[in-house]
Amino acid sequence: MSKREFTSKDSEARGGPGVEIVRSEAPSELLRELVAHLRQNRTQLREEWVVRITETRLLTAMTKEEIFAEATSVYDSYVEALETEAFEALQAYARNLSERIIPRGVETHEVVGIVLLLRDVLARSLFAKYQTDFKKLNRILDAYEPAANRIANTVAVGFVQERERVIRQQQEAIRELSTPVLQVRERLLILPIIGVIDPQRARQLTEQLLRGIRTNRAKVVVIDITGVAAMDVTVANHLVQTVEASRLLGATVIVTGLSPEIAQTLVTIGVDLGKMNTVGDLQGGIEQAERLLGYKVVTLAETR
Amino acid sequence: MEVPILKQGEVLIATFQAALSDADLEHLRRGLVQQVVKLRSRGVIVDVTAMDVMDSFASRTLREIAHMIRLRGAETVIVGIQPEVAFAMVQLGLTLEDVATALDLEEGLAYLTQKFKNTD
Repeated sequence: MSKREFTSKDSEARGGPGVEIVRSEAPSELLRELVAHLRQNRTQLREEWVVRITETRLLTAMTKEEIFAEATSVYDSYVEALETEAFEALQAYARNLSERIIPRGVETHEVVGIVLLLRDVLARSLFAKYQTDFKKLNRILDAYEPAANRIANTVAVGFVQERERVIRQQQEAIRELSTPVLQVRERLLILPIIGVIDPQRARQLTEQLLRGIRTNRAKVVVIDITGVAAMDVTVANHLVQTVEASRLLGATVIVTGLSPEIAQTLVTIGVDLGKMNTVGDLQGGIEQAERLLGYKVVTLAETR
Repeated sequence: MEVPILKQGEVLIATFQAALSDADLEHLRRGLVQQVVKLRSRGVIVDVTAMDVMDSFASRTLREIAHMIRLRGAETVIVGIQPEVAFAMVQLGLTLEDVATALDLEEGLAYLTQKFKNTD
């Protein structure tokens, strides 16, 4: 920090003689200075941080070695982000890190916690370094705080985004697993539905069924909803649409296993029951399907 | 665009190409009915495999074709509706009710053959 020579011209321009003008550093200079400090003291500050993490009982799912390894890469990325202000790169790093640690059972509060601890550890070291120069400390913190807060924010958001992506992926997998389209005879498909149907699942069901009809050249489909407790009006409409769409592909649909509640819903929405072919239970539905396809089932005893 | 109409025994087969204009559909409707009369066909298959969208005009035209052909004592089957198209159609309420449908050409012919047997 240098003091500029004060001339009489300046005193007219800046309001009076006797005013001391001190040249302050540009924010980027301050940032460079504090980044240099953080790099110089990397080993010590990182160690301090890891101690704080263990004290606060965060990252309990990870071993000491793993915490140290991750801490090193997080520390370096943190300081790099302070220096370059490349927050997109940091967010990508955060998502990448999350991809690694989410399967290990690390929670959101732990990730946010350790980033905030790092922020504190680094801030304390800045306090220690500039404690004799309060004005400079303030300027350093002016440069440090917005950047540090943005980093904490970016990492937290990156983590949450990765979590949400994993959840969506799992939901998709569950949905696919839970709507199998099964061929039980030539030209006969069975679609057993179990559990809760929301509009999204209903839509996926329809798409899978229509594709199945085309692939298996099915002429009859039995949709069994014994395992479905209740259905709202939207989903009931969807079921009707599924029946109609199947017909457009030349397949007849038999719906079996309607509970009294669902029967009530269908009547309430005014479904034209003439259009909908229903049978009490799955067994009855399969028997009717076989008749439609021209099958006749006899026991071996009868054939003698 | 001309839609080719082929004769297979007592059945006429009209294969839609993708993206038929309203005028093409009109033209086809007149053409099909004329051919049914001239050739004394008993059945008509309209193959829409190549259509990837079905709007309300196309849907109405198909129903009108079926109705007019039925007035000549012949049966119409629409074949080849794609799953995505079927899904979109029912959402728009275009159900093609009282028109027979089948999965593809083979199924359509089997359906008509069965129907002819029943009425012989």
